[in-house]
Amino acid sequence: MSEIDTSFDPGDADEVVRVRFVLNGCKTSCAVAPRDTLLDCLRNSLELTGTHAGCEMGACAACLVLLDGRAVHSCLMFAVQADGARIETIEGLSESGAIADLQAEFHRRNALQCGFCTPGMLINAHELLSQNAAPSRAEIRDALSGNYCRCTGYEAIVDAVAAAAARRAGGKTKDHAS
Amino acid sequence: MIAPLTSLDRPNSYIGRSVPRPNAKRLLAGRGHYVTDIKLPRMLHAAFLRSPHAHARIASIDVERARAVDGVHLVATGGDLAKICTPWTGTLDHFKGMISEPQLPLPLERVVWAGQAVVTVVAESRARAEDALELIAVDYEELPAVVDLDEARKPGAPLVNPAGHSNVCFRSQLDSGGVDDAFARAAHVVEEELSFGRHTPVTLEPRAIIADYDPDAGMLTVHHGTQTPYQFQDLYSRHFGIPEARVRVIAPDIGGSFGMKLHVYHEDMAVVGLAILLRRPVKFVADRMESFVSDIHARDHRVRARMALDESGEILAMDVHDVTAIGAFSTYPRTSVVEGNQVIRLIGAPYRFRSYRAALEVIFQNKVQTSQYRAVGHPIACAVTERMFDLAAMRVGRDPFEIRAQNLIADDAYPLASPTGYKFEALSHQLCLRRLRDMMNYDGLRTEQAALREHGIHRGIGIASFVEITNPSPAFYGVGGARISSQDGATLSLTPSGEVRCAISVTEQGQGTEAIVSQIVADQLGLAQEHVKVLTGDTEVTPHGGATWACRGAGIGGETALQAARVLKANILEIAALVLQEQPSALDIEGGEIVDAATRQQRLAVAEIARIAYFRSDTLPPGTQAQLTVSHHFAPQGYPFAFTNGIQGCHLELDVETGFIRLLKHFVVEDCGRIINPMLVDEQLRGGVVQGLGAALLEECRYGETGQLLNGSLADYLVPMAMEMPDIVIDHVETPTKDTVLGAKGCGEAGTAAASACVLNAVNDALAPFGAAINAIPITPARVLKALGRF
Amino acid sequence: MKAKAFSYLRARTIEEALAAHSQAGDDARFIAGGQSLVPTLALRLQAPKLLIDITHLAELRGIRRESDFLRIGALTRHCEVMGEPLIAEFAPLLRAAAPFVAHPAIRNRGTLGGSIALADPAAEFPAMVLALDAEIEIAGLSGVRRVKADDFFVDLFETALAPGELVTAIHVPLFKANQKIAFDELARRRGDYALVGCGMIATFDGAKIETVRIAFFAVGHVPTRARTAEAVLPGYALDAARIAAAQAVLEQDLAPPDSDEAPPAMRLHLARVLLGRLLGRIGESA
Repeated sequence: MSEIDTSFDPGDADEVVRVRFVLNGCKTSCAVAPRDTLLDCLRNSLELTGTHAGCEMGACAACLVLLDGRAVHSCLMFAVQADGARIETIEGLSESGAIADLQAEFHRRNALQCGFCTPGMLINAHELLSQNAAPSRAEIRDALSGNYCRCTGYEAIVDAVAAAAARRAGGKTKDHAS
Repeated sequence: MIAPLTSLDRPNSYIGRSVPRPNAKRLLAGRGHYVTDIKLPRMLHAAFLRSPHAHARIASIDVERARAVDGVHLVATGGDLAKICTPWTGTLDHFKGMISEPQLPLPLERVVWAGQAVVTVVAESRARAEDALELIAVDYEELPAVVDLDEARKPGAPLVNPAGHSNVCFRSQLDSGGVDDAFARAAHVVEEELSFGRHTPVTLEPRAIIADYDPDAGMLTVHHGTQTPYQFQDLYSRHFGIPEARVRVIAPDIGGSFGMKLHVYHEDMAVVGLAILLRRPVKFVADRMESFVSDIHARDHRVRARMALDESGEILAMDVHDVTAIGAFSTYPRTSVVEGNQVIRLIGAPYRFRSYRAALEVIFQNKVQTSQYRAVGHPIACAVTERMFDLAAMRVGRDPFEIRAQNLIADDAYPLASPTGYKFEALSHQLCLRRLRDMMNYDGLRTEQAALREHGIHRGIGIASFVEITNPSPAFYGVGGARISSQDGATLSLTPSGEVRCAISVTEQGQGTEAIVSQIVADQLGLAQEHVKVLTGDTEVTPHGGATWACRGAGIGGETALQAARVLKANILEIAALVLQEQPSALDIEGGEIVDAATRQQRLAVAEIARIAYFRSDTLPPGTQAQLTVSHHFAPQGYPFAFTNGIQGCHLELDVETGFIRLLKHFVVEDCGRIINPMLVDEQLRGGVVQGLGAALLEECRYGETGQLLNGSLADYLVPMAMEMPDIVIDHVETPTKDTVLGAKGCGEAGTAAASACVLNAVNDALAPFGAAINAIPITPARVLKALGRF
Repeated sequence: MKAKAFSYLRARTIEEALAAHSQAGDDARFIAGGQSLVPTLALRLQAPKLLIDITHLAELRGIRRESDFLRIGALTRHCEVMGEPLIAEFAPLLRAAAPFVAHPAIRNRGTLGGSIALADPAAEFPAMVLALDAEIEIAGLSGVRRVKADDFFVDLFETALAPGELVTAIHVPLFKANQKIAFDELARRRGDYALVGCGMIATFDGAKIETVRIAFFAVGHVPTRARTAEAVLPGYALDAARIAAAQAVLEQDLAPPDSDEAPPAMRLHLARVLLGRLLGRIGESA
């Protein structure tokens, strides 16, 4: 017979608390259960579905957001932990133009196919370039070593990040050959 | 009658151009619309209680405590869903003698793999449903689990299906004749047994489905993360007894599929049933742990191969025996035997030898079901063939490139049928071989390898030739009775403002289907690509068709779009001719303008034709009926498959003290016929190669003795990540098919077909000085060190 | 993969954290970075009724040089271990290990104290703290105490921490001019748990080893010092023969358990190889 936890009564589960943070530049408040991850809060309560759930255990980086300016796995945080923080998602970064050059390079080189890993890639790439303005290809691969992509094989993504870095440094880059 | 294809000089000539995908911008902005993102009013969430046992009888199920949980709307078991869903059986008529157990969404009596869904809870949130699952008690009586391939084949072995006679799902033999003679007169015979680890696709977006049944409209709407909404429209209609026209299946953005999302999954059928029972939308998303024990597995093969050759290295014959382990039943509707069938038919395909014999055994196991996953069967066939060629080369002291040059089919030998019955229209093996040798700087790599060996640095160089099956005709599924279409349809409209809407039955999973369709339509109609909108993935919007799989999107879908566009163009020019008082043949379309065919002088905007046709039909000659919407279907004719070919090379470094392998670079020369968008083709190849590299070095579903999947998490099943993957150099040969105007073949699976074969050969090349060899993938450090005798 | 329900408390002081944990007993967990804890909750491997968030405790932050030690606050994030100049200067072995710990986004949240308290035998930092002869500062209801790293790691996921106690800081002896460090690990993919990993710190007297501490991870239930191998080195230069001698006795220090991925004999072999390579690196730079 499989075991039942007789002490557990989900009837009293899920007390709701109110969390407040600055989300994509806007003061936001949201009612969550403590067990709701930041990922679930963003996707379900706040309906910002650009941040994706690939594994819910921190192994794929599809769920990256910026928390107080640093890339974090939103599946590895509960929303309550983010109370008072500053959060930026792919939607906010896209609308503000902060990653426009990265997006343009990704687009130009087809550094995405199904697009599911892409928000996480962009956020990680954005953080890399903010810390290292001229990363080598190996450094780019290392920085993206936790971002799982099944479609591209990674090379076009590395090309795109390298190209964006070069453009920011003022150089021109060779476009993908026709 | 067939107009020549555009040259790259013409304006709007998109065919052959690397233009970025219009659809990709919104994905880059986080505006993808995946099934996992969809929220419908009053939607509920399903979760499944799964069997911990690989094989067991269900003695009893107690759901009362789960039913009582606040927020739970329904708890259902096998009997509840069997009332509304008819069983399905994963067999096809053209696989003679194959057997498989009928399946229901949830089991009635017996569980047949660890991870099988047994009970379902539908609640207001996924978290609440999982809470309720913990309160369900299932009483199992364990039965012997069939988990070892050899044990499963022994007479008297415990049976996966106790009512059956054996654990054999399907057997097949091929014999082209002359094999025994060839081996008898052979100067050399090389023999090897190769093992291939079981894989699972690991799409980043897991399986997801939302079913919504409106009893008053009698309408079922399913938002399904699938490659093939048409197949599912048909399936749901038949198995749930809902008229086809009242079933709508919508496949929005799909976060990766690679064949995995073609198949019927018990949970998906259950969710449709739950929606019918509850009359509210029900959503299920497989979490990552569930994905590992329920997504299809693939590629679990053991192949014993023998090759006969003469003194000079001419291959005389091959004889192979493939035993493959599937799940407890054959997958529906595409079966679990296609992979093995392709393995035995593809072995040796690039080569001239004519004597070939093969035996296939497909064996049930109490494990996750297996079916088509990217490059179905090709990786195994290619690895067997190419490894045998390297063994042959060593035996007669020939270089791997030389022995292949000697034995590959000549580029002028076509048309040609393989000993296994595959018909080749025209391939380019020899040219690709020469190109690869140059591209890799093979001679330079060999010189460097020799020099580095003196310093204890061990590089390996491996190559692998391959063919790839694309653009399948009904020979694939239709002949077996499957309601899987091999034709496509497109509905093309010129809109009032002069834009074009194309609703077409091939589907998009990120490979760029919509992009290449828009390129073809824009090219053929003489419009800018941005004025062509492509709609896919909705059975209510597009004609019924084959969708995307087996690399049919470009070749078949593209041809459909091309032919439809030509019909629409003719209709536009017919109206234009009336308006301009010219002959249609004197006109053409360029840059959105009607032009003189001869002088290219602009006469009238296409948008004007549209305006007149839609709003001022009174100004057209009486009796004129403008047909600015066309529907056109195309079914492949001619060759049953459009074969492509190519060759890959791998350069790696092996640390002989640790067994660790560093991939330095990978090379691909690929011939996929006419290329519509070179950038998209190259990216398909790269993605495919990396999946093959993951297979070669990292990926493996490991089962324990009791049938538990031991490494079913993303931390333990190792998928290829950026740091370990090489840059991939690509070159192309283009041999168009004459079966279509477009001449395009497919390319989506080629990268995966040969990558692992290449790596296997490269590792064995690196190990050669040590007299060590590897005959199994994945090539793990443990396997390398064992081969080297380091522990 | 949704966690079971729990209540959440954001502690404002250490006292509050300790008191709340004491009240809840077995049903409470501290959460800092959460990078290891949260997956276990999602998988329902554990189901505490109360999570006590300690990340806002100022006393657990900060890196300070004290007379002979570097005091590293328990809440120091892995990315700070990678980037802080004080760590690079005075605890370079930690700096060397940091890039191997998981991936950048994990390092943005994971904390050194959390890693030490979890004591995953396959993790980098517990072994490095052992190699460095660090002291772990612990706060409990009965007060503050320090435990030497040699005494801290007791068994699989079991440390000298009593239930309800908190790691508050790690004290690392300052790196000296006559010391050298080396670190490496063998992992299937970047960021994965290693098949075998090793870090060492050697104190030199001229060209000869004076003392050396060598710690392995992913070789057993706890991070493990290779004491027998260490013992053959003092008084010698690190030439090929001496390195081989250390490798030869390593099997007396390590008894790797059987695992799905690597048989014990293979792990031992890899450990020997790694030991040789790292000693070689130190020897070359001496």
